[in-house]
Amino acid sequence: MKIGYYPGCTLKTKAKNLEISTIEAMKKLDVEMVELDRWNCCGAVYSLADDDLVHLLAPVRDLIRARDAGLTPLMTLCSMCYNTLARANLLMRNDEVKREAINNFMEEEENYQGEVEVVHLLNFLRDSIGWDKVKAAVENPLDGIKLAPYYGCTLTRPLDVSVDHNTYHNVFGDMMKALGGEVVDFQEAETCCGSYQVISNPDAAEKTTVRIIESALKAGADALVLSCPLCDYNLGKKQADLMASREGIQPLPVVYMSQLMALAFGVPAEMAHFELNPPLTREFLEARGLLARV
Amino acid sequence: MCDTATIEKKVPEVAEELVPIYIMGKKYEVPASLTIMKAMEYAGYQYIRGAGCRGGICGACATVYRKPGDYHIRVGLACQTVVEADMYLTQIPFFPANRAVYKWEDVRGEAEEVFAAYPELFRCLACNACTKVCPMDIPVMDYVAAIKQGNLEKAAELSFDCIQCGLCATRCMAEMAQYHIAQMVRRLVGAKIAVPSPHVDKQVAAIKSGHYDEALKEVMALGTMDPFNQDANKENIDKLKELYNKRQGESHATDESWEPDDKYALLEDAR
Ligand code: SF4
Ligand code: SF4
Ligand code: FES
Repeated sequence: MKIGYYPGCTLKTKAKNLEISTIEAMKKLDVEMVELDRWNCCGAVYSLADDDLVHLLAPVRDLIRARDAGLTPLMTLCSMCYNTLARANLLMRNDEVKREAINNFMEEEENYQGEVEVVHLLNFLRDSIGWDKVKAAVENPLDGIKLAPYYGCTLTRPLDVSVDHNTYHNVFGDMMKALGGEVVDFQEAETCCGSYQVISNPDAAEKTTVRIIESALKAGADALVLSCPLCDYNLGKKQADLMASREGIQPLPVVYMSQLMALAFGVPAEMAHFELNPPLTREFLEARGLLARV
Repeated sequence: MCDTATIEKKVPEVAEELVPIYIMGKKYEVPASLTIMKAMEYAGYQYIRGAGCRGGICGACATVYRKPGDYHIRVGLACQTVVEADMYLTQIPFFPANRAVYKWEDVRGEAEEVFAAYPELFRCLACNACTKVCPMDIPVMDYVAAIKQGNLEKAAELSFDCIQCGLCATRCMAEMAQYHIAQMVRRLVGAKIAVPSPHVDKQVAAIKSGHYDEALKEVMALGTMDPFNQDANKENIDKLKELYNKRQGESHATDESWEPDDKYALLEDAR
């Protein structure tokens, strides 16, 4: 089966480990990800200002490209891209006045009214592949590893774009279970990682990352599982700084959902590009026998 | 600007249809078949900036115009675009655009280096105004996107036809000078990313060895020529024309087996 794919800029630069591990793992499920030929940045953040239409141009343009290429549903891996595209899509479906203004501005494109369906890897696996098929593809189950799936804020908020409509969100946990892992629920699983506040208000961002890491550790997690490069930056790449500047913080390995899926499916480890993760991730996976020591 | 005698000299002999155009708001009647550049000269303007090759390749003559009753901004190269009745036009021969300074020896050809030199890349909102204004029909927004995606080869390819006219920069709401960024990218791709071409090496060696010095000396010996006083050095100008006309170039009709008479810089194994 084929699925339309929107990568997003970061997956082509700093987070190649998220992209490449997914592409390789999906091959094991007989899924070919068809990348959009032409695409631009998703806009990164969905603007909360009601009249800020100019920030919708980028995501809507991507959706138009997907529609024109016949790539619907369109899948994203990054939670932020998912959120931005899905919300822009809903607005184009539901808000007649803004839709007209945006279409009018982009007169060089054919009018768009939300024809594309935006999905995230998680709900794509659940709805279009099914956990049974995922289970069947596992060669190296993540036995005995306590995984804390971290949703952050953009996968489930607001409700109308949430990847999970259950009151108790379990799609991420179900994926980890299908891969043979043990799921650890923790209180701060849907607390924002600090997002771009890391630039404008680093202190506030640090406080929230510490809370998330401590909450996952307290719940007994061996590793935090992510689906977003910005979360990876705040919770993973910045961890070493955190530990240097604050007392009493314990380290917690972070890993992308797709990297675990690739390992579980028996994809060669170099395709999961652990060299782009903090060193802690590799050490942890080696200690658990999921990665050969190098 | 011009005296009557020269104007008379320039008026075509065959009576030609005149059309009204507005240069910076002032109305002129000009022959309908002229390019904007020739029409401006016809109207009495003398170019000291804003014209270069007159062949659509140097990007010096970017022109912006509108037609009555149409809100679209239209653009063209003055040397290539034929006038239309009632067009309101002005040339934008120069638009301030910052160019980043970087040390050539220090760059390795990585996207991060372009990001560091031009952080404004990430202010692009995909408005597409740049693409719409490009007289070369380059998908400017797409090459900006490709750079942001770290795909420098794609950006180099998409921007290849850029003539650095600067019109994209005049329209950018992110205030970037797209064409300077693309030029840095093409330089990186050409020198640090693309596989080196043995043809180029051999040609450069041929130049350095002095193989073309004689031919160049022949041209240089003709001295400086004043284009506004062509009668004064007619002999040298004719000689230059002759040299130019008898130069050898690959004609469109030749096939792959074509070779120049001077085989000095040809690769042995490619033959
Ligand atoms: S890309 Fe910009 S500078 Fe280059 S030709 Fe197009 S408008 Fe001119
Ligand atoms: S004009 Fe500027 S902001 Fe608009 S698409 Fe082009 S580069 Fe982006
Ligand atoms: S004068 Fe060079 S492009 Fe027009």
